[in-house]
Amino acid sequence: MAAVTALRSGCRAAGRLVCIHRVRSCSSIRFIKSKYVCVFDKSAFKFSHQQRLFRTSAVSRGQIVQFKLSDIGEGITEVTVKEWYIKEGDSVSQFDSICEVQSDKASVTITSRYDGIIRKLHYNLDEIAYVGKPLVDIEIDASKGVAPEEDVVETPPMSHEEHTHQEIKGHKTLATPAVRRLAMENNIKLSEVVGTGKDNRILKEDILNYLAKQTGAILPPSPKGEIIPPLPKSETVPAAPKDKARKIPLPVSRPLVFSGKDKTEPITGFHKAMVKTMSAALKIPHFGYCDEIDLTQLVQLREELKPLAQIRGVKLSFMPFFIKAASLGLLQYPILNASLDESCQNVTYKASHNIGVAMDTEQGLIVPNVKNVQVCSVFEIASELNRLQALGSAGQLGTNDLTGGTFTLSNIGTIGGTYTKPVILPPEVAIGALGKIQVLPRFNGKGEVFKAQIMNVSWSADHRIIDGATMARFSNLWKSYLENPASMLLDLK
Amino acid sequence: MVFQSYLKNCLQLSCILRTPKAGFRSSSGGLIIQSVSNDVYQNLAVEDWIHDHMNLENRQVLFLWRNSPAVVIGRHQNPWQECNLRLLRQKNIKLARRRSGGGTVYHDLGNINLTFFTTRKKYERMENLKLVVKALKALRPQLDVHVTDRYDILLDRQYKISGTAAKLGRTTAYHHCTLLCNADKFVLSSVLKSPYKGLKSNATPSVPASVKNLFEEDPSLTCEMLLDAIAEEYATQHQTDHQITLINPADETVLPGINKKTKELQTWDWVYGKTPKFSVHTCFNIAYKDSVLDVKVDMDVKHGRIEGCNIDLPEQWLPPALRSELVKNLTGSKFCPNETTTLATALLRVCPQDDDLHSRWNLLCENIIMLM
Repeated sequence: MAAVTALRSGCRAAGRLVCIHRVRSCSSIRFIKSKYVCVFDKSAFKFSHQQRLFRTSAVSRGQIVQFKLSDIGEGITEVTVKEWYIKEGDSVSQFDSICEVQSDKASVTITSRYDGIIRKLHYNLDEIAYVGKPLVDIEIDASKGVAPEEDVVETPPMSHEEHTHQEIKGHKTLATPAVRRLAMENNIKLSEVVGTGKDNRILKEDILNYLAKQTGAILPPSPKGEIIPPLPKSETVPAAPKDKARKIPLPVSRPLVFSGKDKTEPITGFHKAMVKTMSAALKIPHFGYCDEIDLTQLVQLREELKPLAQIRGVKLSFMPFFIKAASLGLLQYPILNASLDESCQNVTYKASHNIGVAMDTEQGLIVPNVKNVQVCSVFEIASELNRLQALGSAGQLGTNDLTGGTFTLSNIGTIGGTYTKPVILPPEVAIGALGKIQVLPRFNGKGEVFKAQIMNVSWSADHRIIDGATMARFSNLWKSYLENPASMLLDLK
Repeated sequence: MVFQSYLKNCLQLSCILRTPKAGFRSSSGGLIIQSVSNDVYQNLAVEDWIHDHMNLENRQVLFLWRNSPAVVIGRHQNPWQECNLRLLRQKNIKLARRRSGGGTVYHDLGNINLTFFTTRKKYERMENLKLVVKALKALRPQLDVHVTDRYDILLDRQYKISGTAAKLGRTTAYHHCTLLCNADKFVLSSVLKSPYKGLKSNATPSVPASVKNLFEEDPSLTCEMLLDAIAEEYATQHQTDHQITLINPADETVLPGINKKTKELQTWDWVYGKTPKFSVHTCFNIAYKDSVLDVKVDMDVKHGRIEGCNIDLPEQWLPPALRSELVKNLTGSKFCPNETTTLATALLRVCPQDDDLHSRWNLLCENIIMLM
């Protein structure tokens, strides 16, 4: 009796309007927009309906079907299996890619004809597969039977009024493991969700829509107290179960619908290099020292010199000045260009000033250095920087450019920031990070306010051999060279 | 004027692409499109897009394209085996992996590419190549060109002027081929010669062939003339307009989703990571101070990453701890010179600061990096 009532109301549901066709996320986009399909072919509907209603609930193990390699064309009988996209135990849907085979310059993607679970792969990689012979064994649902040889026409999607949910109870729900997980995370019973996929398979969108409906059902009461129905043509809806949740304006917290998953992957390459370097840096007791530099004069100087450098084919930034000034400072405070040995017994004062420049490339952080800055002119430093930058962005820096550094500068200001806390790169003992240049108001000698180009610098040094006073004096010297570039002329060698 | 016709063509094209089943007034079967871009990744992405999104039941498409210098390897090939990657990097020549099978080719603006799109059922490479030969003969009847049963087109019975590859999907298929008009043969032969020794792999090997440009046979020929002749022959055979619709591979409105496809083709994981498993067994000599030493290197590379690695050095030339640290760090890393360099130099920071040690280390690492 109940079955008959359900059947009748089901038919009514079908007779009414119907579906919002869901565009599946699979590859063949056929540009189908929302379509309204009237399911008037009641006989077809009844048939599939019967299948749903009268199926026994327990479904035993499915039937194993051998999926044969279909004809490639051009009379080809054998191909080589080049890549498997699935492995034994994976579940597949119809049209999912199974493998890639190659035959005589043609690469063929073999897609599944069935939904089911892969039970056996008949070939290993690089083996020859034969047309007409089994490629994989797929276990398909007993309830569905073997799909016909031609492409199966998609069954019309069902309407998802609530009362049709009852009809689906007792029916084995089809859903991929990802969809099942999503349902479980949100405490949804799959039997309560109407599937719109092939053969009523439940898709991710169905779960999301089901969740949205739970909360969307709570609408603010309109002035006339009318209920706004979800589908336009619902006049013939039987009164009973539909309005159950609609009138209640209780604020219910929206369940978080988030189907993202954590992804774990091993650390390799650039990240591994950083892990190594920074873990070693932990052993160094850092102290920081920061200051602000007035670069007004330097900015002007650079503007004058830029075109000259351009004529010689070199792009002149601020870095060459910073680097040269640092080298001049290191001449007075050589302990900042030193290295402490592992046992902290000896300190080595390095003769060359190989000043490293932190570079941000596509793959990550890389620190090439300019060799022997102490004997280079500002122009030579600029030219060398250009070369390193070009190689760095092309990913072609050699070991020689990346090793042997004695002191490092990081111009993070090109991206942003003011004060930072840079980490010393062993085996060095100091590092400086430069913030962005900002135009700020400052007082000059006469007590007047003027526009100053201010940049912040943050130094970090190894407190085992460097003390605050040394760092401060070095910073002051470096600052004085940059605030008054003419003074660099006095000490240039 | 060109711009206006370009716009008109784009609009027509977007109509075609959006309503595949709608009848298009002048074409009943064939559509000829030409890319305005010379970027190999963008053009390959157009092929992917048409293959994935166009309904070809009532229509066939001919796609004409040319690329700025690039090396294109087949779907299942090994770039280390096929070309001189170092030279490519130096000369800034792009490396792309296409989705169709077949061998490695060098593209530049003197080479034209033709892609024939049909349904899977109508996939027929010989017909397409015969069409090309017919077009060439119509243009220059004295040309001795013919199609071999390996789907190559030979000039004067000995020089290869065209190579072929194909991709078959569930419902659609495409067959594309090159045509050498005026490519730089010197660069071609130097980049397609792999210097890497000791590679063992099941990847599809390329079959080297002597090539010749059509331009050498007849200096009056240009790429534009060839493209035009082929388009005309195609139009005739498919009873359609000889009208070439220009297509911009960066235009998302006409080709929604195309930029994502372009990006995917450029990822390291696609270009290098799709290389079938291979192994490297090689040895080299290092001359250091007064001695020369033999170094043996064995590596297994899967998905472009080093799965297993072994470096045989004379004992004590490097501290054993450092050597095993190197091996341990290489394992799992990309088989890529840039990554290896970064790792090697990072490792150097945390070992004793000894100039001699540093020189040896750098020397060893540089030689290993040369293998990549």
